Amino acid sequence: MSHNIILKTIGVQKYFIDPVKVQVLKNINIEVEKGEFVSIMGKSGCGKSTLLYILSTMDTSYEGQLFLGERLLTGLSGAELSVVRNEHIGFVFQFHYLLPEFTVLQNVMMPGLKLGKKSKEEVEHDAMNKLKLLGVDDQFAKKATQISGGQKQRVAIARALINEPTIIMGDEPTGNLDSKNAGIVFDIFKELTHELGTSLLIVTHDPDFAGKTDRIIEMADGSVV
Amino acid sequence: MSNALLIQIAKTHLLTRKKQSAIASLGVTFGIGTFIVLVSFMTGLNGLLDGLILNRTPHIRIYNEVKPSAKQPIALHPEYKGKINMVNSIRPKQDPVSIYNNKPLMNTLKKNPLVMGITPQVSARIFYQSGSVLLNGNAMGIDVLEEDRLFNFKQYIVNGKPLDLANNENGIVLGIGVAKKLSIQVGDRIQLMSSTGVTHRLKVVGLFQSGLADVDKLQSYVNVKMAQRIIGEGNNFVTDISVKLFDIENAKDLSDQIAQTYGVNSIDIKAANAQFETGTTIRNIITYAVSITLLIVAGFGIYNILNMVIYEKMNDIAILKATGFSGSDVKRIFIYQAMFIGIVGGLMGLIMGGSMSYLISKAPFETEAIPTVKTFPVNFQPLFYLIGSVFAVITTFFAGYLPALKASKIDPVEIIRGQ
Repeated sequence: MSHNIILKTIGVQKYFIDPVKVQVLKNINIEVEKGEFVSIMGKSGCGKSTLLYILSTMDTSYEGQLFLGERLLTGLSGAELSVVRNEHIGFVFQFHYLLPEFTVLQNVMMPGLKLGKKSKEEVEHDAMNKLKLLGVDDQFAKKATQISGGQKQRVAIARALINEPTIIMGDEPTGNLDSKNAGIVFDIFKELTHELGTSLLIVTHDPDFAGKTDRIIEMADGSVV
Repeated sequence: MSNALLIQIAKTHLLTRKKQSAIASLGVTFGIGTFIVLVSFMTGLNGLLDGLILNRTPHIRIYNEVKPSAKQPIALHPEYKGKINMVNSIRPKQDPVSIYNNKPLMNTLKKNPLVMGITPQVSARIFYQSGSVLLNGNAMGIDVLEEDRLFNFKQYIVNGKPLDLANNENGIVLGIGVAKKLSIQVGDRIQLMSSTGVTHRLKVVGLFQSGLADVDKLQSYVNVKMAQRIIGEGNNFVTDISVKLFDIENAKDLSDQIAQTYGVNSIDIKAANAQFETGTTIRNIITYAVSITLLIVAGFGIYNILNMVIYEKMNDIAILKATGFSGSDVKRIFIYQAMFIGIVGGLMGLIMGGSMSYLISKAPFETEAIPTVKTFPVNFQPLFYLIGSVFAVITTFFAGYLPALKASKIDPVEIIRGQ
């Protein structure tokens, strides 16, 4: 097993039980290397989002094994998995999912404070750096509801970066943005892989977006093609 | 660090929906406030009513009762021994009204470590005489100072001082009903006639009001010696002995013991006033039942509001979980919210309860029964405030726990996929 592989699945299968038993993922074996920008493509309903949620550790009802680096994540408790998510995995969703009561800066700081490895001042400093990196540092004092959609998505990326995760996962992160903002977000992702060595795993149905990534994993009917 | 963060999140949630939080807290405030007011007022009233009886009534009263002999003469006759003897129309035995051997009895009782004090009493049947009018009545001879020390004699006196009676052998404290009937004021003289026809002129040094109008129309108090003189008996004539104990719980045992040892009638306070204890218990039960109901209602209010908040906050919960907050973190966030509501509402409730109790304690309350009481009785006991705060915390904890548990179990994937 190469040290460069940071995310790996062996024989992952998943069934939806309700209302009838349907197999949505069939024997998925994929690997993501350090600093790699990977996209998962496929039609609606092919199971790509389902796969992403398993990879993200939020969905634990599957068969097979999931590794983060050399560590087996399958079978860990909910509390242990939340620590893993907090420290190693960053999330960007189609909808921006900021906490509306908090300011932009507080939103970005929250996973950092939760991790608790740095003092509040250090986390705040880091958060401002991430916001600067994404060009939204001038918005830091505003409430999350007071900024535009494109800005929200960038804040969400800053939040995903705050603990310097091993991998960032995105579920259609540009799906809800206009082409200009989508372009900006893509460029930011590209830059991250090059400069910070963060791996990226993005689910998308946009062929243009996927075409520009390092590698495309095509899925159809629950299997990797 | 993590805990401080959770508290910070809980606080932000509460502060962004101030109105809801305030309403939830107000529920607790009213619950706790009413509890404090109810309990303080009710126990104050209980104390007053109990005091009315317990402080004035002797714990044990020793007296002689007119009754037929338990053993009729025929039972002593050897010829009728072992047979079933029927005696019709039994008459009570002619017994002296005075307690037999009362001096040694009183001396023994005084030495008993359980006894706080005793007072002898002499009950004399008399007529109040005013011109040609004769009013039926009863003069009770008492040891004024001891009577006041042990049984709060002062509390009944509406006019004059108990000491005046102690200092004046020919003094009398007249029932207010008698005084009214005969138009007599403090300082006037009144003529008493004993059942044997001897008259005495006494000086009215005070008026008393017991709260029982019928008693006030008959009763008056004189010194023991005067009462003995009215009846025409000597120093040894004592009709009643009132005993006050340090601990009322010993009353029954000691009472039985006295009755057995000295062959007198003896009744303890619990037997004489059983209804009072029942009344107190029932009032306490009602107070606590009403208060707990109020708190439970407040608890449901919190439960409801938190449930709504959690429903609204599904997305936030999902995002918190996605970014590394565990189920128990989320649970704690919502329990903290409930506790904030409980603590703030509870504190306000204590203040509200305290100030309302204070207002009540200042409200005028005049009663015939206790002439010395001018305002409502309120019991300002710190214990009630402690119970109130503990209640507030416990109810809000449980009201918050169930919704928080629900929140902790929310599956983020379902929420995120659902969008």
